[in-house]
Amino acid sequence: MYRYDEFDHTFVNDRVAQFRDQVERRLAGDLAEDAFRPLRLMNGVYLQLHAYMLRVAIPYGTLNATQMRMLAHIARKYDRGYGHFTTRQNIQYNWPKLADTPDILADLASVEMHAIQTSGNCIRNVTADHFAGAAADEAADPRPYAEILRQWSSVHPEFTFLPRKFKIAVTGAKDDRAAIQVHDIGLHLKKNDKGELGFDVYVGGGQGRTPMIGKKIREFLPEEDLLSYTTAIMRVYNLYGRRDNKYKARIKILVHETGVEKLAAEIEAEFNELKNSELKLPDADIQAITSYFAPPDLLPRAEGWANLASWKKADPDFARWVDQNVKPHKHPDYGMVTISLKPIGGIPGDATDEQMELVADLAEEYAFDEIRISHEQNIIFPHVALADLEPLYRALKPANLATANSNLITDIIACPGLDYCALANARSIPVAQEISERFGSPERQAEIGELKIKISGCINACGHHHVGHIGLLGVEKKGAELYQITLGGSADNETSIGDIIGRGFEPEKVTDAIETVVDTYLGLRLSPQETFLEAYRRVGQQPFKTALYGGAAAEAA
Amino acid sequence: MSTSQVLTANRLTDGIAVWYDKAGNWNEWIGRSEVVHTKDDAERLEAIGKKAYANNEVLDVNLVEVEEIEGQIRPRRLRERIRAEGPTIEYMI
Repeated sequence: MYRYDEFDHTFVNDRVAQFRDQVERRLAGDLAEDAFRPLRLMNGVYLQLHAYMLRVAIPYGTLNATQMRMLAHIARKYDRGYGHFTTRQNIQYNWPKLADTPDILADLASVEMHAIQTSGNCIRNVTADHFAGAAADEAADPRPYAEILRQWSSVHPEFTFLPRKFKIAVTGAKDDRAAIQVHDIGLHLKKNDKGELGFDVYVGGGQGRTPMIGKKIREFLPEEDLLSYTTAIMRVYNLYGRRDNKYKARIKILVHETGVEKLAAEIEAEFNELKNSELKLPDADIQAITSYFAPPDLLPRAEGWANLASWKKADPDFARWVDQNVKPHKHPDYGMVTISLKPIGGIPGDATDEQMELVADLAEEYAFDEIRISHEQNIIFPHVALADLEPLYRALKPANLATANSNLITDIIACPGLDYCALANARSIPVAQEISERFGSPERQAEIGELKIKISGCINACGHHHVGHIGLLGVEKKGAELYQITLGGSADNETSIGDIIGRGFEPEKVTDAIETVVDTYLGLRLSPQETFLEAYRRVGQQPFKTALYGGAAAEAA
Repeated sequence: MSTSQVLTANRLTDGIAVWYDKAGNWNEWIGRSEVVHTKDDAERLEAIGKKAYANNEVLDVNLVEVEEIEGQIRPRRLRERIRAEGPTIEYMI
């Protein structure tokens, strides 16, 4: 992974000192809230329902054991013993004191972490495929480019006052696991016939109150043009993006209102001015950054094959965990492990300081000290020998970290919702917990197969409900919570925004409604191999509407 | 005006939700809040809130509607009830 050089260390330390001064002046009353607010947001400090919230960046979701231990330390020393991993591969703490935030940032800086630009109208954490550098289906590791973008976008003087937040995602496999088509810029790293690397560039994707799928504006942008082309996009957005209406200020609105051809032409014109500037990436620079992401020295561990077979035979729970949570690695003796943060009935994406410490220890012992956070709110060990899966599982199980539910119905994404968030209209965590409990049986989950439920507590869609196979949007109606169901969303290569099915459900009826949807799917699928999403795309929403609302009511809904 | 209201905010130093109480302090417990029933009293509380904001004691100051049931103060809106009572989830099952 990337290691800070002297410049980076100085940069983050200077930033901490700057923020410490700002906090001291704020607490002394020398800096008013109106002036302080944009400054604290640019350092990841929000004010939420109950307290401040600190969002710490985990660049493209990659960290090591030392850094995970620091996240545990922060949870323990400055918070209430836990943290929440988010849909942008970051971590959030719900109870920091403002006076402590400079010390927290100093602690983070000591392990090469920060909270810079995790909020505010700037370029946010660049996210990437959580299986980057390990996946068997990968053309190239997207993380060096995510790191290049991170360095370029940090305190960029031209892009520090954008019309609105800006989110970039990068993926390097044939199958997009980074949801690039619902990002402001999505980059799909590919190899051409000559073996050269380049990006398909998507612009104008996003969720929130106006979900839109990104438009491909460039096919195979050569890697050397990454920064000049991205700068061109940002300049056009910065110039023309709306500043009169917060709800129409994202680039997706600019694409929609201008038209993609016209906007792409503007971007190309700007790019032509920039393409031979200092923004052109020399091959030596790309290689220098890429060298930080060299894979670990993966020795042959062929004994894992026989061991795994006998362990699976001896323990059906272990077998289920391997089958569900371990994916193929580039190296045949290794696997990519998903450590689920969705225990049955638990709070999606949350981890205690003790769990974080354990994950750190296990990463050092079994995973070459490499940890990832997925945008689906789970922890990933990308490199684990098959021969080490059993002892790893035994260590995870007592800590409630071995739930065998990756991509199954209880692997729910949920935002913090009205239990924590000042923007929310409804709770999402209790809804997730109840659904998880209802469908918690391993046999039931296996029968249902892949089904991604995503829950948002408000229209801002931090729970990514628009791209859930089943999405739930919590709203407030006549003072009470109500949950709207969407079906058929997806964040894969065939990205789709879920269809609103009909009138919403009261909290006590949501789980039954989900059960109706699931039973309908089970009743109409062609075979157990046809997934929920495949079935929905084949039959459409009508059977589900009828099941939920009845024949005549379905017409009215 | 027949609505009952209390003054609430978040404390500057730690962001904790607080309510203006009968003793003139910002209290972490809504149960001691000064409840007002008239427009004049609501305006008086609003002025107190503005002053406390200007004095950098609190931020995000608002009057919120409550009902008084058997001596208990209960915000009308779910959002404010959660602010008063804390997250509704049992932490870390």
